[in-house]
Amino acid sequence: MTRKFDLPTLFVGAAAAFVLAFIYLPMVVVVVYSFNPDAVNVFPMRGFSLRWYRVLLEDEQLVSALRISLLIALGGTSIGLLLGVPGAIALARHEFPGKRILERIVLLPLTLPGIVTGVAMLSFFPLIGVPVSLLAVLIGHGTFLIAITLTQVYARLRRLDPSLEEASADLGAPPLTTFFRVILPNIKTAIIGSALLSFTLSLDEIPVTFFLIAGDNTLPIQIWAMMRRGISPEVNAISTLVFAGSIGLILLGTALGGRDKE
Amino acid sequence: MDTAPAAKATVHTQNPPKRRALLFLVLPPALWLLCFLVLPYLGLFIQSFLGSDDLGNVVLEPTLDPWKAFFTKTLYRSTLLYTFKIALTVTSLSVLFSVPLAYFIAFKVRRWKELLYSLIIVPLWVSYIVRAYAWKIILGREGILNSFLQWAKITDAPVEAFLYSEWAIVIGLVHIYTPFVLMPVYTAFEQIPRSLVEASKDLGAGRLTTFFRVVLPLSLPGVIAGGTFAFVLTLGDFLAPVLLGGTDNLMISNVVQNLFGTSNDRPLGSVVGIVLLVVVVALLETTSRAEKSFASLESGRGRLGGAR
Repeated sequence: MTRKFDLPTLFVGAAAAFVLAFIYLPMVVVVVYSFNPDAVNVFPMRGFSLRWYRVLLEDEQLVSALRISLLIALGGTSIGLLLGVPGAIALARHEFPGKRILERIVLLPLTLPGIVTGVAMLSFFPLIGVPVSLLAVLIGHGTFLIAITLTQVYARLRRLDPSLEEASADLGAPPLTTFFRVILPNIKTAIIGSALLSFTLSLDEIPVTFFLIAGDNTLPIQIWAMMRRGISPEVNAISTLVFAGSIGLILLGTALGGRDKE
Repeated sequence: MDTAPAAKATVHTQNPPKRRALLFLVLPPALWLLCFLVLPYLGLFIQSFLGSDDLGNVVLEPTLDPWKAFFTKTLYRSTLLYTFKIALTVTSLSVLFSVPLAYFIAFKVRRWKELLYSLIIVPLWVSYIVRAYAWKIILGREGILNSFLQWAKITDAPVEAFLYSEWAIVIGLVHIYTPFVLMPVYTAFEQIPRSLVEASKDLGAGRLTTFFRVVLPLSLPGVIAGGTFAFVLTLGDFLAPVLLGGTDNLMISNVVQNLFGTSNDRPLGSVVGIVLLVVVVALLETTSRAEKSFASLESGRGRLGGAR
């Protein structure tokens, strides 16, 4: 930790700056070119315009895709919370047959490639009466969001001393009271953090959605479809809004105290 | 998660009300995961042993044909090898990019540390599709790089070779997956006791020696974890090859996508999917073992830094 800037430090610093630029420059380019007055993205840009944001607002398909994405993210996050939090408590605080298996199964949607999960669901869902549709997409999202919520809340519970809950029970509090008065306040930030993470991941999900979608696209699938049709600066504009949205969610997450995102 | 000591919470024998509460807690998520995750995976496995009729519909006739097709046609083997090659390149470059940046933030920065740390976390949350798109407008024939080169009079005609090439896929994927490597590498660097670094210097080791003999070995669990992320994520990627690689650079996940899409051969698609799955699981097992064996001292206590 020397303060002087010698050659090796300078070299590492230059490499670090290069990598940071590599990560950020492309995103900056997209944001800058969303204000492009022309229909092609060329250098140098000739002026500044909000033209593509106006186009975007009038694009009914895009607006409807955004609405669908928000609804799926909201529904999926709710499924994740309603099933993931109880699951985390069960895994962290109880012994039961099949626990080891459940622990491994929960990790599957997080470790296996989304495309395999996607085609597996595509093949199986119609057999149990769920055709390829937004309902199938919602179930697909709910499934991996259970895994997200469960692992995050589980990690927090492992760090929480179980004697607190035992004390509460010994003092005569029924399980639900113990949950709301002792457990919940202690895992609140983990729940908020995992909800925001779930929401963001759902808004961005492609591999599973791709196979389960019927006609109505979610936002990333709609962007993908627009890109395949050809490059229009309208995509720059929607991308910029997506960036802004993600950064907004991160700031919200930090503000609400979800400091440990592990 | 599987190494969790089971003793703490369950010293008392479980009484009936507690058992009822447990059922209430565990049954809904367990049933959900069974119906919507385990059974689909099982179904995929079974489907890989089924035949299909002339229209491509799956029929309930057991056969080994899909597996035979997979192992006899060279297309699948060569695509798999090609995918490994790309994944290896992406992984190496991501690690190569992550180490200096993570090192710099962990050891050389003080005042702007928080901000810089946030800067490497943020891209993890930012849309995949949008970041792939960014490279499309940069590298395209009429893209920003080409028009810049012409404007600067470095070239006088658009360079065709940028987009729709193997390099475009690699650059795009390195860009997208480097943050996944950065985070565990940074965490590993942060967990190295500073006293060890100082001891190495006090004993007369130069900076390079200290880095290669002390810092890097102690951060290996993080490097392995990050490298595994990059490798596995690349194996499962089917969007970047289409967007940035065009039609000539398809990877193994594109084969799955096509077999479940336009080619409509679901049994064969299931075979490729299962193979992909087996490769990923084998890889994760191997690297998690490697991580543990390298995880001496305090560093790399858990994948995502359980010590913090």
